[in-house]
Amino acid sequence: MAVSHAHSPATDHGHGDDHHHGLSFLQKYVFSTDHKVIGIQYGVTGLAFLFLGFMLMLVMRWQLAHPGEAVPFVGNLLHNIFGDTVFDGAKRAAGIAGVLTPDGYNTFGAMHGTIMVFFGVVPVAFAAFGNYVVPLQIGAPDMCFPKLNMASFWCFFVSCVIMVGSFFVGTGAAKSGWTAYPPLAGIADMPEGGSLWWNGQTLWLLGMVFNITGSLLGSVNFIATIIQLRAPGMTWMRLPFFVWAQFVTAFLLLLAFPPLEAAGLMQFTDRVFGTSFFMPTGLAVAKAVGQTWAGGGSPVLWQHLFWFLAHPEVYVLILPAIGMVAEIVANNTRKPIYGYKSMVYAVFALGFLSFIVWAHHMYMTGMGAKVASFFQATTIMISVPSVILLTSLILSLWGGSIRFNNAMLFAAAFLPMFGIGGLTGIPLAFNAVDLFLHDTYYVIGHFHYVVAPGTIFAIFAGVYHWYPKATGRHLNVFLGRVHFWGSLVAINGLFFPMFLQGMAGVHRRWYDGGATYEGIIAPVLKWNNFMTVSAILLALFQLPFIYNFFSSIFLGQKANDNPWEATTLEWETPTPPPHGNFVKEINVVRGPYEYSVPGESKDFLTQNA
Amino acid sequence: MEIPHTVTARPDTGLYSSKLGIWLFLASEVMLFGGLFSAYIFLRLGSEPGYWPHGLLNVPVGTMNTAVLIASSVTVVFAWAALKMRKFTQYKVYMAITILCGILFLVVKLSYEWPDKFDHFGVFVKKSVAEKYDFLLGNSHLKEKGLEPRWEVAGHLLHAPEASPYRHLAEHGLHHEESHLDAEAKAKVEEAKSKDSYAILLDAVNADPKSPENERPHFIPRKRSTKVAVVDKADVDHASNFTPRHSTYFATYFLITGLHGLHVLGGILVFIYFWLPIPGGTLLYRKNPEHLANRVEVAGLFWHFVDLVWIFVFPIFYLL
Repeated sequence: MAVSHAHSPATDHGHGDDHHHGLSFLQKYVFSTDHKVIGIQYGVTGLAFLFLGFMLMLVMRWQLAHPGEAVPFVGNLLHNIFGDTVFDGAKRAAGIAGVLTPDGYNTFGAMHGTIMVFFGVVPVAFAAFGNYVVPLQIGAPDMCFPKLNMASFWCFFVSCVIMVGSFFVGTGAAKSGWTAYPPLAGIADMPEGGSLWWNGQTLWLLGMVFNITGSLLGSVNFIATIIQLRAPGMTWMRLPFFVWAQFVTAFLLLLAFPPLEAAGLMQFTDRVFGTSFFMPTGLAVAKAVGQTWAGGGSPVLWQHLFWFLAHPEVYVLILPAIGMVAEIVANNTRKPIYGYKSMVYAVFALGFLSFIVWAHHMYMTGMGAKVASFFQATTIMISVPSVILLTSLILSLWGGSIRFNNAMLFAAAFLPMFGIGGLTGIPLAFNAVDLFLHDTYYVIGHFHYVVAPGTIFAIFAGVYHWYPKATGRHLNVFLGRVHFWGSLVAINGLFFPMFLQGMAGVHRRWYDGGATYEGIIAPVLKWNNFMTVSAILLALFQLPFIYNFFSSIFLGQKANDNPWEATTLEWETPTPPPHGNFVKEINVVRGPYEYSVPGESKDFLTQNA
Repeated sequence: MEIPHTVTARPDTGLYSSKLGIWLFLASEVMLFGGLFSAYIFLRLGSEPGYWPHGLLNVPVGTMNTAVLIASSVTVVFAWAALKMRKFTQYKVYMAITILCGILFLVVKLSYEWPDKFDHFGVFVKKSVAEKYDFLLGNSHLKEKGLEPRWEVAGHLLHAPEASPYRHLAEHGLHHEESHLDAEAKAKVEEAKSKDSYAILLDAVNADPKSPENERPHFIPRKRSTKVAVVDKADVDHASNFTPRHSTYFATYFLITGLHGLHVLGGILVFIYFWLPIPGGTLLYRKNPEHLANRVEVAGLFWHFVDLVWIFVFPIFYLL
């Protein structure tokens, strides 16, 4: 870690952290207020959770292809870790360890979704990359509120501990879906005589409250930083598109999360204090639970509050990715991205519209034609800015001098993959079609395409692109190629058949892969094995990346300050950037994508003078 | 390494950073309380007739609390202005008043308003036996008048069934009221004991359910009657004291006022922090008075928001 620090321009100051000379190890690397350290903390934690979520999915996929069979090789180990709620204790007693129970399948399913969305993708794509890159790209010495930044990370970390811890309580982790719909979520994990606090669903709610709080504090920081700490000359329309994407994402998080926090508190009081926010009158429960309710509540209320967040949440998942791809495409085509201004307007339109489409997740709740029509209309409208963004990126390739480094491979693959994901969403926008497709594998295929070969590929692209700046070393190129091609093939093999299964009627929550309904879905049942094999291959092809990520810190080829010959400000710092980021005066004189400017000697001009 | 614009404003936005930060935070708080109020509206509109109570909150006390909060919002501005004018003692005085007003608000809530609810008990009778309890509910009369039915017998719990979790509450209530009960009332309590059922010292509404006085909610809660009624255990659908589990009305009331109260507490703690002679508080006045003024301004903005939430809570819960 470099020990020099930057000079800040001669401006006002409060009592900032002047005294970073004598900082202890804990203050520099654990409880750091430096946005780069915090970014890496978010990144490593998030990647670990992506890995955990992936592992949960692998066990699920095994069950889908081989229902009732023990997980091979690691069955006993998993049974030891997760216990008898998740794996069949009776079968273990009979000598077969590692058979997933229906409750276990639901647990893994609920936690896979929760972990991937809230503990994997958002922390990596928004918090990690955002924290690291945004202050650098705007020419700032750090985030606006460094201590708040640190508090946000540790709040998030507490939520991580709670979520992981929830696997080890008596009832096992939450199993009522990542959507936690009451009344099921109101009564789940609450056997008579059990604890109202130490159970999966209650801990899920607590974990979410901490996660949301951390997220809210973080988004305040992002918005304030982008508004207040832009370097001299960094006007709004000179911002790299990644910064615009993070700006809108931060607003989505700021404004959409609180209703879910409110709902989470309400479900929490329903479970622990016996309120009836979501518990309807006259509810009959098969076996006794440890709580009683007066009734009078509304399960649909939860759905409204949940989806009010969860719809903008999906744009939180995709916008940072689009931002990263924009940076990488411009850099590796040696030309400005097409339609920068349109993209900026589109991202704002997308952000605004994302708040008024949520009930397209609720078409089956009996909402009536007028309300359904409203949400259908807004949902179709939101595809317009979405298409503008993707089309601009695709058009940006035209006439470019394309350099296919590993970052560009992933960024280029993102384009058609996100295209498939987005286009398969169009049928789902319609109430009538949704009658047929709701809760089927078609939906799962759709959203996984946007997030997995979509956002996660963009995350990989971002890692390959910015790793040299953060570590001073390049990732190994060959391992990156293996990672890319293997992942691309396997991920399509895993997700494409889901559309076929969904259209044939395979339900998204069947724990046996449809074996019970073989009579109806026989033609598509065979895809289960194909998809499971693809999932296992996908897991194997991540191993070169994991090895590469850690070993290149020590063994990677050394990188200079601007190995990709990029224009944006983050490449103007020493490598890795010191505390305070910039050692020279930053004065922005041009836009973010001045590549291949006619008449210039180099094919790029940095934003700085 | 210093972060710019922490004290003096950035020229193009005209803001110092923490002011922008608090406004953004307040935007998220608007969404939080907005979500809760939306839930309230949703639940109230969707509630079955007779299950959404009215007139249970003490309006004069609520009005006084409203005045206290509004006054504290005014004094915090005076405190800020004093800092800007570099009048330190004046700042300390106004800030102290603000803190005391905040504490008074919480004291009233936690020592009177909420405990008063916990002492109040309601038994919801099964709809199938409504006729049997018409002398307490008055539904035949209400139906004639086209008004919403009543399903609850409410008041002070004097006796609860053996298996009820409210035994202690009943014993406490009986102990408290014993000396005021007349012979008839005492007989009722004995009846309840023998039947292992509920004995309730009735609210005015249930004591005289057909009276025109009881057809509308009252701003000043009516005095409890001296009549005791027995409600058979078998006729009870559910029963509880006025806690969050009682009904969605009280669930929303306690959650919203509770969350609001936590925000009031948070504000008070921050104000105390800025009032004490510590580096982050008044000691900062010596080094950088403008910085302290900004801190008080930002905290004051938060306080105004907390006040604004109360301005919504008061009419929605107390008046409507």
